[in-house]
Amino acid sequence: MNNFVLLVVVILIAILIVAAAIGIAKLVAPRSYNPQKGEAYECGIPTRGKSWMQFKVGYYLFAILFLMFDVETVFLFAWAVVVQDLGMYGLFSVLFFLLILVLGLAYAWKKGALEWK
Amino acid sequence: MFDFGVVTNWIHTQLTSVMPEGLAVFLECVAIGVCLLLLYVIIAIIMIYMERKVCAAFQCRLGPQRVGPWGSVQVFCDVFKMLTKEIIIIRHADKFLYNLAPFIVILASVMAFAYIPINRGMEILDFNVGILFFMAASSIGVVGILLAGWSSNNKFSLIGAMRSGAQMISYELSIGLSILTIVVLTDTMQFSEIVMRQADGWFIFKGHIPALIAFIIYLIAGNAEVNRGPFDLPEAESELTAGYHTEYSGMHFGLFYVAEFVNLFIVSSIAATVFLGGWMPLHIPGLDGFNAVMDAIPGFIWFFAKALFVVWLLMWIKWTFPRLRIDQILTLEWKYLVPIGLLNLLLMVIVVVFGLHF
Repeated sequence: MNNFVLLVVVILIAILIVAAAIGIAKLVAPRSYNPQKGEAYECGIPTRGKSWMQFKVGYYLFAILFLMFDVETVFLFAWAVVVQDLGMYGLFSVLFFLLILVLGLAYAWKKGALEWK
Repeated sequence: MFDFGVVTNWIHTQLTSVMPEGLAVFLECVAIGVCLLLLYVIIAIIMIYMERKVCAAFQCRLGPQRVGPWGSVQVFCDVFKMLTKEIIIIRHADKFLYNLAPFIVILASVMAFAYIPINRGMEILDFNVGILFFMAASSIGVVGILLAGWSSNNKFSLIGAMRSGAQMISYELSIGLSILTIVVLTDTMQFSEIVMRQADGWFIFKGHIPALIAFIIYLIAGNAEVNRGPFDLPEAESELTAGYHTEYSGMHFGLFYVAEFVNLFIVSSIAATVFLGGWMPLHIPGLDGFNAVMDAIPGFIWFFAKALFVVWLLMWIKWTFPRLRIDQILTLEWKYLVPIGLLNLLLMVIVVVFGLHF
């Protein structure tokens, strides 16, 4: 059968699992109202300040690094499929590609982007 | 090996002989959907039961044993209990994103789950770029986790989600590189084809040194990818209550929980498929009698045995090692696993180009 038809079936099943579970829970579960229930749970004391705030920049730095490396991994996948046919040529062409990739990592390392401060 | 495609073809011909083509395809889609749903839920329940029992064994306890024989009905009871719990949405949460997050997490999990080749002809999705598509599908999950943490408007959730995001995207690189190593060896990305190529030897044996290194990197990265084991600091109970799903109650929480356990199974089964031969039996060259006995065991039993072995290995790791800090986790990934992975890839290319593999 066509794979893309099945992909649609799979996505529908995923949505069905969540919708059914939450729907049944909403039908069956008891409901009660209490103003305390609507508060965020932070060790039981009232929350101070908003949680939607500026956050440590280190996480975003790793996200940017990831973006660079992940795109390069996608390029490597296309090459990996044909490397057996390419033989020596494939080895040397990817050697330069990997060299540039490693230079990028080395630069980030030297600049201290991989340190957690 | 028994080809399950025979069964599906037989069903297709039987259906088309009594009804028009379109209706038959529709009915088959419904049947596949029902099978997928049942398999997903059953695997989740088996994984939760196994986690409890294995965890208990490592801690010299007995685990659940009161409800049903050996406590086997305990997980079903927990599911029903969770269904009868109230779903609370806190007042300051972003309601839309808060409700959307479980959908995305489960969507990523189910889409990745559909790729697993259980037996010959018994996989649901089988694209020719299967591995790429699988990695794309499974990496959607991190979006759901970030949404869950951000929309809860809770500082514990936010910290947990940020840690989880940084960790999951980092370790995805290592998963990519280690699977890439095997793609170099196979020159195909289709899961069924990868399993077929292992008929005369699993890739962990065929690719000897680089494949072994890739397998170890994959186990470490896969463990981190599902936020478990020594890498479970996104939901570190002792410091963040429950991490990104602190504010989720009842079935909302249950969905995150189920997705986490099924993701563990997915990671293990991909390890079993790519490195350990999927549903291919163990063959030792020269021992014809032994090989004949191994051939008699059905493929899906081989697959589940290998996948559950890897699951057990990951559980062993989880209950043995202490939790890492966030800086240790990122150092391990970026300063050790990525350079080793790149070098290992190069080693594999050299092995393949000079024909040094078996």
